Amino acid sequence: MARMKFLCDAERCIECNGCVTACKNENEVPWGVNRRRVVTINDGVVGAEKSISVACMHCSDAPCMAVCPVDCFYKTEDGVVLHDKDLCIGCGYCFYACPFGAPQFPQAGAFGLRGKMDKCTFCAGGPEADRSEAEFQKYGRNRLSEGKLPACAEMCSTKALLGGDGDVVADIYRERVLRRGKGSEVWGWGTAYGPGRPGATPPAAAPSGRKS
Amino acid sequence: MRSLLASVMTLALLAVLAGCGEREQVTEFKRGKYQGKPDSQPWANAPAPAELRGGTWKTGDRTSWEESIKNRQLAQHEHKRIYQ
Repeated sequence: MARMKFLCDAERCIECNGCVTACKNENEVPWGVNRRRVVTINDGVVGAEKSISVACMHCSDAPCMAVCPVDCFYKTEDGVVLHDKDLCIGCGYCFYACPFGAPQFPQAGAFGLRGKMDKCTFCAGGPEADRSEAEFQKYGRNRLSEGKLPACAEMCSTKALLGGDGDVVADIYRERVLRRGKGSEVWGWGTAYGPGRPGATPPAAAPSGRKS
Repeated sequence: MRSLLASVMTLALLAVLAGCGEREQVTEFKRGKYQGKPDSQPWANAPAPAELRGGTWKTGDRTSWEESIKNRQLAQHEHKRIYQ
């Protein structure tokens, strides 16, 4: 197993916010906290509008882990970055360090007190007994322990948002792009998506008129 | 005269070498160690009840859990999901 990753295909995302809703519902995320959100550039410009769904990217070398003064972050064996809310002091350093704005802080009280950090868990819960009420209250559903993938990716209607083992996700994306008739001319393509499995026939090579 | 020259050369050499002894002026980053509670692994659990439509694997067997998750991932691929 490589590492659990998300990939959002900007050619497919239709800004329906289904992933955001699925995440909110599945994990009963508090008001004011969005573990996932859809970012749109060139909004309203015909033909130039692109959307991608963004949440914690579960970085291989996560800056949030590096800056946390109480070291409440850890990485699971399958590469998911999680944190212990009992240890978090809500300082907000991780928010400044994260290039994706993934860490979220619930605000409460008359003075907008900043609560403990909340972020996407890749639907992997946290450091409480798996599938327990305590885990659900603090971190949300633990779908990985049920043999499922994150709700956002599984609910995506156009399958723009892919989640799971980085190798499998890259394989799916590679086949899609090849079917679109693109790939090798894209800068960094070989580095990012590799040559594929040895001996595998890309679907684009198969005689078919279907589009991706 | 020669000893004076040698002394001057030695001093000059020491002065030049003194630059090599300069200490690092940037903070040395030391990665912290996780201080929180331990977490269990997803494959350590028994598979979820059938009505939850989760995966099936042998409890504690990482390989079978990974296979189960991989099959689930491939359902995201419409070429395998729809056209078969």
